[in-house]
Amino acid sequence: MRKSLALLGAALFMTVAPVMAATQLTGAGSTFDYPFFSKAFFEYGKTHSDVQVNYQSIGSGGGIQQFTQRTVDFGATDVPMNAGEVKAASAGGGPVLQIPVALAGVSVVYNLPGIGGGLRLSPSVLADLFLGTISNWNDARIAKLNPGKKLPSTPVVVVHRSDGSGTTYIFTDYVSSVSSDWKSKVGTGKSVTWPAQSAIGGKGSEGLAGQVTNNPGAIGYVEAAYALQNKMSQAVLQNAAGKFVAYSPSAVHAAAETRPDVSPEKFSIVNAKCAACYPIAGFSWAVVYQNPQDKAKGKVLQQILEWLVGAGAQRIAGGLDYVPLPTAVGSAARKTLSSMHV
Amino acid sequence: MAVSQPRGDAPRRNRTAAAGDRVFLFVVNAAVGLFVLVVALLFIELVAGSWPSLHKFGFKFLWTSQWNPVTQQFGALPLIYGTLVSSLVAIVLAGVVGILAATFLAEFAPRWLARPLGFVIELLAAVPSVVFGLWGLFVLAPLVRTVIGPALQKYLGFLPIFQGPISGVGMLTAGLVLSFMILPTVTAISREVIVAVGGDLREASMSLGATKWETVARVVLPASRAGIFGAIVLALGRALGETIATTMVIGNRPQIAASLFAPSYTLASVIANEFTEANGNVYISALIELGLILFIVSFIVNAIARLLLWVVLRTRS
Repeated sequence: MRKSLALLGAALFMTVAPVMAATQLTGAGSTFDYPFFSKAFFEYGKTHSDVQVNYQSIGSGGGIQQFTQRTVDFGATDVPMNAGEVKAASAGGGPVLQIPVALAGVSVVYNLPGIGGGLRLSPSVLADLFLGTISNWNDARIAKLNPGKKLPSTPVVVVHRSDGSGTTYIFTDYVSSVSSDWKSKVGTGKSVTWPAQSAIGGKGSEGLAGQVTNNPGAIGYVEAAYALQNKMSQAVLQNAAGKFVAYSPSAVHAAAETRPDVSPEKFSIVNAKCAACYPIAGFSWAVVYQNPQDKAKGKVLQQILEWLVGAGAQRIAGGLDYVPLPTAVGSAARKTLSSMHV
Repeated sequence: MAVSQPRGDAPRRNRTAAAGDRVFLFVVNAAVGLFVLVVALLFIELVAGSWPSLHKFGFKFLWTSQWNPVTQQFGALPLIYGTLVSSLVAIVLAGVVGILAATFLAEFAPRWLARPLGFVIELLAAVPSVVFGLWGLFVLAPLVRTVIGPALQKYLGFLPIFQGPISGVGMLTAGLVLSFMILPTVTAISREVIVAVGGDLREASMSLGATKWETVARVVLPASRAGIFGAIVLALGRALGETIATTMVIGNRPQIAASLFAPSYTLASVIANEFTEANGNVYISALIELGLILFIVSFIVNAIARLLLWVVLRTRS
């Protein structure tokens, strides 16, 4: 018995040993980044068999917490860490670097049988729909924006994400930027208090989509990739230049290009001002320490993140319905990464 | 709860057996002690974790209604209300159906039918709650919006609880889903309690000329009412703490509305929804305080259940 245990132990050791030789990186955070990260790190592993990345999609808040406690090598968050969070993290681990790694748009989706996609909404009408001040779809202001569409007399049902979410942050950030009413009554956040009487919350993108699909008259917001993949009716939004723009990766790309100097302090790219810009979009961020304790590991982390913001990895992101980072943003991120002391 | 020493007059065997006794005694005591320790630590951790919120809001937390992460103002009243009412709806529905089913299984069903039927009901307990939630969201919620809700409104619309717009998700749908989830608990325990009613009572009733139906309704069920009530309280404990299924169908809106069609929110659902992305000391500690409130509510419910079971066991022996 004892002998066979010893054999088993030896066998285990032999299978584990080659893995131990590779560099193991762990990251945690945003669930939004997870599809991109898992595909990208898998592809990276094909050419770098000595690097393994274990990414846990536990949510941005959890990612920041784990990063602050230095139980992971990097964190990922849909909203950059704020001054207080950076202060808490640097107290233990030194200066923090934050780089944008992924870009995506948010779609306004609705369920109006017989109307189809492409309903036009102006910023003020959108805000009033979500505030609950427009409570029926036959409202004259919606009709005026959509001549030729027969809008039904259906009550508006506002559907929002019930779980704390970067998508909610980007959406409320946009509505705050176009409506002073919204800004003072609701504000911007990953979870907010929804003022509309009809508002109901769905957990996760799938929960939100379920509520929208089940309720004629529903309006909600969801990551554009999710709306595309599930063929939901999407609204055409009026941007800051007064043009009506449907979601497309290139329209989000155009919006991001208006802010090449995007930084963790000034990260908002909603309501961008150009004729082709789609107004609701945002970056997701990776966070690392400038002075990693394990220099060798830090070097590998630096290399993989430099690759992640480059054209090759961003093409993988594009294939998964994210929007590739603008070149200027990618190179700025690389420059930030080069300041790591490894 | 410590285990008593074996009696001294038991024939003493060899020394190994005595040592074995001591080890066994230590292990069982340690197992029980571990439970007490875990519960105590849980309570201490919850209080410590919710300290910033306890400090900032005090008891006001229990009776204010605002839940606003942007302004960092938190009050738990609508959440406590949603938790209790959704569980109450569930327990009323599951209680009626569960007791009737248990009566059938224990008293009327032939043995060849009772066993497989009992098995099917208990199988419900093995369905994961996320599956109940998805079923609730994609099957039950549309049914409530198009069939059940309008029908209730048509015939019982004079009651305030059945008024207002029906969006499919809300208190009623959550109560219905929860009732399916706790049905096995109510049925299985009630059946055991009914079966345990002594044969002498039944025979006495029958010999006085009562029919089978009269015996069950007037003798057997009253005799087992305390145990059945215990079953219901245990099921209530599960309904209070259910998270995922409720979150998917309750609409997640912190409000107190008279209508059962209106969306609502529960303590466990808020924690599940917001904890992963919560930032800031007060916000996180407010969420932990919700856990503390849920812990206390569950504790009270469990204490009642224990008490009732104890009453039943005492009266039987």
